Amino acid sequence: MIVETGHFALVMALVVALVQATLPLIGAQRGNEAWMAMARPAAIAQMLFVSVSFGCLTYAYLTSDFSVLNVVNNSHSAKPLIYKISGVWGNHEGSMLLWVLILAVFGAAVAVFGANLPPTLKARVLGVQALVSVGFFLFVLFTSNPFERILPAPPDGHGLNPLLQDPGLAIHPPFLYLGYVGFSIAFSFAIAALIEGRVDAAWARWVRPWTLAAWMFLTAGIGLGSWWAYYELGWGGWWFWDPVENASFLPWLSGTALLHSAVVVEKRDTLKGWTVFLAIVTFSLSLLGAFLVRSGVLTSVHAFATDPARGVFILVLLLIVIGGSFALFAWRGPSLKASGLFLPVSREGSLLLNNLLLTTAAAVVLLGTLYPLFLDAIGGGKVSVGAPFFNAVFVPLMVPLLVAMAIGPLLPWKRGDLVAIFWRVQLVLGLTGAAVFLTWVFAADGPMFALLGMGLAAWLAVGTLFEIGERTRLFRASMAESGRRLRRVSRAAWGMTAAHFGVAVLVAGITASSAWTVESIQTMRPGETVQIAGYDFTFEGARDTRGPNYEAVTGTFTVTRDERPFTVLRPERRVYPVEGQQTTEAAIRSTFLGDLYAVIGEAEGADGAFVTRLYFNPLVPWIWAGLVIMCIGGVVSLSDRRHRVGAPSRRHRAQAVESPAAA
Amino acid sequence: MKRTLTILILVLLAMPAWAVQPGEMLDDPALEARARTISKDLRCVVCQNQSIDDSDAHLARDLRVLVRERLVAGDSDREVVDYVVSRYGDFVLLTPPFKPATYALWFAPPLIAGLGVLAVFFYYRRRRSAGVAVEPRPLTEEQRKRVERLLGDEPP
Amino acid sequence: MKRVIYILPLAAFVVIAAYLGVGLTRDPHTLPSVLIDQEVPPFSLAAIEGREKGFSSADLIGEVSLVNVFGSWCVACRIEHPFLMRLKDDNVVPIHGINWREENRQAGPAWLARFGDPYTLIGDDPESKGAIAFGVSGAPETFIVDARGVIRYKHIGPITPEVWESTLWPLIQELRKG
Repeated sequence: MIVETGHFALVMALVVALVQATLPLIGAQRGNEAWMAMARPAAIAQMLFVSVSFGCLTYAYLTSDFSVLNVVNNSHSAKPLIYKISGVWGNHEGSMLLWVLILAVFGAAVAVFGANLPPTLKARVLGVQALVSVGFFLFVLFTSNPFERILPAPPDGHGLNPLLQDPGLAIHPPFLYLGYVGFSIAFSFAIAALIEGRVDAAWARWVRPWTLAAWMFLTAGIGLGSWWAYYELGWGGWWFWDPVENASFLPWLSGTALLHSAVVVEKRDTLKGWTVFLAIVTFSLSLLGAFLVRSGVLTSVHAFATDPARGVFILVLLLIVIGGSFALFAWRGPSLKASGLFLPVSREGSLLLNNLLLTTAAAVVLLGTLYPLFLDAIGGGKVSVGAPFFNAVFVPLMVPLLVAMAIGPLLPWKRGDLVAIFWRVQLVLGLTGAAVFLTWVFAADGPMFALLGMGLAAWLAVGTLFEIGERTRLFRASMAESGRRLRRVSRAAWGMTAAHFGVAVLVAGITASSAWTVESIQTMRPGETVQIAGYDFTFEGARDTRGPNYEAVTGTFTVTRDERPFTVLRPERRVYPVEGQQTTEAAIRSTFLGDLYAVIGEAEGADGAFVTRLYFNPLVPWIWAGLVIMCIGGVVSLSDRRHRVGAPSRRHRAQAVESPAAA
Repeated sequence: MKRTLTILILVLLAMPAWAVQPGEMLDDPALEARARTISKDLRCVVCQNQSIDDSDAHLARDLRVLVRERLVAGDSDREVVDYVVSRYGDFVLLTPPFKPATYALWFAPPLIAGLGVLAVFFYYRRRRSAGVAVEPRPLTEEQRKRVERLLGDEPP
Repeated sequence: MKRVIYILPLAAFVVIAAYLGVGLTRDPHTLPSVLIDQEVPPFSLAAIEGREKGFSSADLIGEVSLVNVFGSWCVACRIEHPFLMRLKDDNVVPIHGINWREENRQAGPAWLARFGDPYTLIGDDPESKGAIAFGVSGAPETFIVDARGVIRYKHIGPITPEVWESTLWPLIQELRKG
């Protein structure tokens, strides 16, 4: 009964979304306020219905209701509670239900928090949002119904892929979807703006917080995915340029560009068509990602079990949503008139450079991801485009971006003087030089790119801190004056500082882990010791252990440094009997300078010897720290009163509209 | 049906063995290092998107062994790679080869970047020829004070 | 000019979507052979237990033949096996087997003893030497080799009567004509 309720609620959500997708849009066109006002209650009702539906599926999982096909295929009664819950979205059908839930939640959030939006804009945004929802509701109901029954019900389920039975991966999809789907708001705003034929500073101000929130979730989602790969796949890699990873990285790249170009729209009333374009592209790339993962056109270690019928449905959906948006853009875009001006060397100029580099990077990654498909489609044979290609084309684009990232915030709006800046940043240059020199002294055996990478990281980190120093006139004004200025720095500015600083930390982590990883693979008998990066790993042996729904071999390593005990590592190799699969659980001990990483392999011979893999992964914790700092930056910036979700105070809004250039 | 079957076959083949094993490794560290480098750029054909060095599949293991045998027999790195490519095609190369079929792939990135730069250049030129001077009017004393006041909390 | 720029995204998307549409009809998992019309790379495999003679590239010269890659662990091989037995009984073409990657030396022979042995020659291939020579990525795969030892066709997956009638048998007859 509960299951039928869930199915019915989903149908009801579709009906409500149909209303929300038509009446408000027509009302806005005709100036009918009653019809426009329908958008708000409809968005909330839609969200409630999908929530009920999602709740019902979750209930079926929690109670292990094996009369539901989806539960049979992806759950098992002996599974720990958390994985019964995460099993809901650990499969195609359930994850699509989560997708539509998030879509509806974002729509309802705009309905509730968007009280200050002009009524026509609000009606149109919610109408467009509902149009997207309708497409996905139809997709779920017709091709991917999670509420399908199976009769007779089997006694138990097939279980969940053990790789997914992991805390990191359990929460990874919801974050990822909050990111993907969060960009739908920017998209809806863009389409609404095209319909209205009007993009202004106020519009940019409303779009920014939603984009920022989505960006933050996507950053966290990608980070969680990488973190999972790092400790679960058992060789310390965390990014593989796999098509599915690229699918999540593409909207991140264009979303980051959007975040920055919206600033130019807000400040200078220009780059309007471009910003609208980016908003459409970002959500389109999210949709493209969904298509790539679920249609089976590309091969990936992460892809869902695929079904061509679903592929066709999503492709039609893409054609309607993306094709329709770009057609509207081609028609209405040219009517967006810009007013403001700025010179290439200026804050706006640096934001434009940021956009140039990020969108080029996105285009190049998109090309590399789809190229095997293109070539095969024209009968050109099969090729693989792997990590070496992406590194070769992506890194050169990031180098100037990182250089500009430190300079940009120092430049004044409208026009700046690069020579003057150069004289101001001597301190930053000096410290960067020192960092490069130190890198060279301590790690002379590393590759040359490591010097460049560490130098860029130092340049960006110091430059970002320097910018705060400049802002507060540190050491140039009195301490009291600097303190006063420091308190006046807005949270939005702090957010930017934190995010940029996070990128610097991230770059240091990426560089070091690519340049100086130490690896040792060998067979070890109990009592044997291997030294890596100054740590002595002694293998104490392995024994059989048992978890709630798996059996495992657990190895024990005692690690000493300079003869003193440092830590004990216990890597596992698990066998999940229900699913018939193995997983590896690396044991990791993080230090400030890197991770000690141990993996246990198979038994060799009868004397208790095992294959072991030991790593020292330098600065890998910095990668995660950098991502966390970036997300914190997002949160801080969102907490700025001027960004507070779509509701700037009346005074600020009035200012923004009447004289955007003076804001 | 055929597709499901193929996938079934692949799944069966992909049953775990393990990435590079100590038993496979060569005693000569220089040779072994070359073997690792080569295997990191050869794609495992059954597991998709992993190099044979990272892969757990049996076939990947056998290819790793083959790479080492060829190296011991005196093949150059290039010859070893060519040997594998002659049997499995360009598909096994994680770095796509530079040949007519991939010109579009390799030339596109600089081309895209160039077009982007050009677009930005024309944007500035068109905006400037639109007539308005960028030169700001000098600020009045009152405006200057207000700027001072606001400068502290300029959003990014 | 300005209008054209605004139409570009739509045009680019239409092109991409067209490719994605074609992509849906392709299976990214199947890997076409690059060895078609190439001589079989030299290989030499030992006999499996219970047989005298192994299987090597030299054995492929002189007559059109099938080379079938199989293993007792392979579910799909079990599906095509009765059809191979029928071909053997009809005695239409020699079928050689590459017994790929058995867990132990008994597994392959035991499997053949149970379900029947359609093979003229069999090579034991525990290290994938033969499989790699043919560029095999999964089992079953079947190759048609002509009288000069040149690979002429590769079939991925089980041989069905339909595939046999429509593709394999006509090609074999054509190759025999020379």
